[in-house]
Amino acid sequence: MTAQEASGTYHPGMPTYLGMPAFPAAAAAAVADSQLRANLAHATRTIRAKRAAAVAELADWEELRAAGKTIKDHTLANLDHYLLRLEENVIAAGGHVHWAQDATDANAIVAGLVRAAGTDRVVKVKSMATQEIGLNEALAAEGIAVLETDLAELIVQLGHDLPSHILVPAIHKNRAEIREIFLREMPDAPEGLTDDPRALAAAARAHLRQAFLSAKVGISGANFAIAETGSLVVVESEGNGRMCVTLPETLISVVGIEKVLPSWRDLEVFLALLPRSSTAERMNPYTSIWTGVMPGDGPEEFHLVLVDNGRTAALADRTGRQALRCIRCSACLNVCPVYERTGGHAYGSPYPGPIGAIISPQLRGVGSPADASLPFASTLCGACYQVCPVAINIPEALVHLRAKVVDAKREKIISPERTMFHVSGRVLASPRLLAAAQRGASLSGRLVARSGRIRRLPRPLSAWTDTRDAPAPPRESFRAWWARTRGTR
Amino acid sequence: MTAPGGARDQILARIRAATGPEGSANGRVGPAEKVDEVYATLPRDYLSAHHDPASCDIADLFAERAADYRAVVERVSPAGLAAALARILAERRGRAARPLPFVIPDGLPAEWLAAVPAAVQLTSDTPPLSAAELDMMAGVVTGCAVAIAETGTIILEHGPGSLGQGRRALTLVPDFHLAVVLAAQVAADLPDGLARLNPARPHTLISGPSATSDIELIRVEGVHGPRELHVLLVTAETGAAP
Repeated sequence: MTAQEASGTYHPGMPTYLGMPAFPAAAAAAVADSQLRANLAHATRTIRAKRAAAVAELADWEELRAAGKTIKDHTLANLDHYLLRLEENVIAAGGHVHWAQDATDANAIVAGLVRAAGTDRVVKVKSMATQEIGLNEALAAEGIAVLETDLAELIVQLGHDLPSHILVPAIHKNRAEIREIFLREMPDAPEGLTDDPRALAAAARAHLRQAFLSAKVGISGANFAIAETGSLVVVESEGNGRMCVTLPETLISVVGIEKVLPSWRDLEVFLALLPRSSTAERMNPYTSIWTGVMPGDGPEEFHLVLVDNGRTAALADRTGRQALRCIRCSACLNVCPVYERTGGHAYGSPYPGPIGAIISPQLRGVGSPADASLPFASTLCGACYQVCPVAINIPEALVHLRAKVVDAKREKIISPERTMFHVSGRVLASPRLLAAAQRGASLSGRLVARSGRIRRLPRPLSAWTDTRDAPAPPRESFRAWWARTRGTR
Repeated sequence: MTAPGGARDQILARIRAATGPEGSANGRVGPAEKVDEVYATLPRDYLSAHHDPASCDIADLFAERAADYRAVVERVSPAGLAAALARILAERRGRAARPLPFVIPDGLPAEWLAAVPAAVQLTSDTPPLSAAELDMMAGVVTGCAVAIAETGTIILEHGPGSLGQGRRALTLVPDFHLAVVLAAQVAADLPDGLARLNPARPHTLISGPSATSDIELIRVEGVHGPRELHVLLVTAETGAAP
């Protein structure tokens, strides 16, 4: 038991990307990077069209989506029941189960398990939960070297970079940039390496081969954990996941508590929803399913680390809770007009894009300027909701979280924005004040407008016009026109 | 781990507090039996299969869909299986600079291998080969437990006594995988296919050779798993290969 558990305090933790400013500042910098915008536009446009085709192939997509949503909602509402059942069945199948309240707990448990296995090197398959808890950094501090084996994670690791997409963490890099990273950072990169994606994949295969064959400990996450059977499911493409969950003697899987599904049968829904939404494939190349340990096949020791790290706080929020249905497909990133322009780093979290804008502030709270800015990092266009395979109403959750951010600030200061809205409320409630305001706006609006647009207002109104412009108000408001003519003209 | 007041108890307590009193509007049900009852009534209005086996040749569909993911699919008759298998292994041996053995999992029907020429070396996995030894194999030949027509997926069911599918490492480390799929093993879609499996065993779902979309979201075949997947689909009457 850690000191934290003993004292009963609870501090969820997820690293904010170091020195990350709030979204508007980070986004402004990202949008100025034309290479980044070109890479993102190219990649997201490609996958959008493919996803639409993969989904259109199934006449019952909406029914699958509804089933996915319903199963997740039921599971979340009865999460204690299903977690206990999962624990019971993992243990019955020869596995061990650990519970971690937060990132610190989870990292300490994993570090202890790696040391107990007598090694200081581990191979790892990409997992959002381990990104979230900053596992690699925590293990490095304990003298344990972590080798990322997913191609994109390897690119990010070799490039001393940060992931910017849930599915394709190196989406912000194009093939030429990836080739340069390999040539610079990979001692065994083949001579004359080209930027053909095939050649780059082959270089990664050769680079990781020996590490896979000799690894003592593998670390994974899981896409699904089946309570009824104690089975874990890892969905992937390259085979690095299979390597990590099969070849090492010890396997440690770090899994968020919301990943549990009630029964084996539920896979028929989620294995239909996930690949089509994420890589636009009918099925991803490899899915590994294992239940505890199987003598003579795969790891001799299996540890499941169940992580809360703020999830129970999100669960307590009836509107925000739906974010816990997320199956990390990243379809919402690929359709988001904001994500497409800013990329993932601007969100300052391992969870970028629309889903990140509602997950990060719930897991970390809205205390920091970066987290408080995330619910506003959206135009509320709703494209994310439309493609979400578990029907998370992201715009609804965003608006809800905006209210929370405003409430959190309400006590502290009188902001110009708040004063404005307060005044607006009074004006809109009174026909007389509204008519006066409209006359005023018409006059002053035309004074500051250029070519019919208002582009810059004096402080404090410049906070609004820094990122937006507006049409100049008309010479006469509708109400004034109506009063004058009664519509007879 | 399970000390009273430890992480486990605290997480469970927070979940119970967050999901409210039993039977409340947010769906928390209460006692275990009740939860299972409610779960059984959850609406599942989706199709049990997207192609009806009564009106569609699902073996054809499987062949087409597996080939979509760059698996090489060949249809053979039961009588032609051994010859086709022997031809594929002999061709690969002929192409290799240094002839290496193919690993054969326990339980693979001996008659499938009856026509393999003596020049093609076969190796058993008993006693188990090390990962390094598997890396020196020319390839692996397996059967499968189930195939899913809709998605072009082959499912291996591993563990002791698994018929000709071997342990998981066998179809992972070697660079070439030849899988034999019998027509009766082809399920139309996921619901039927998954129901045929034993969840207690490890499973590998395979849809084409290993691949990645990590560079510019463009799919490239061949990363860490076998870079080539060859499927022999055994059906009563041999149709033309798709």
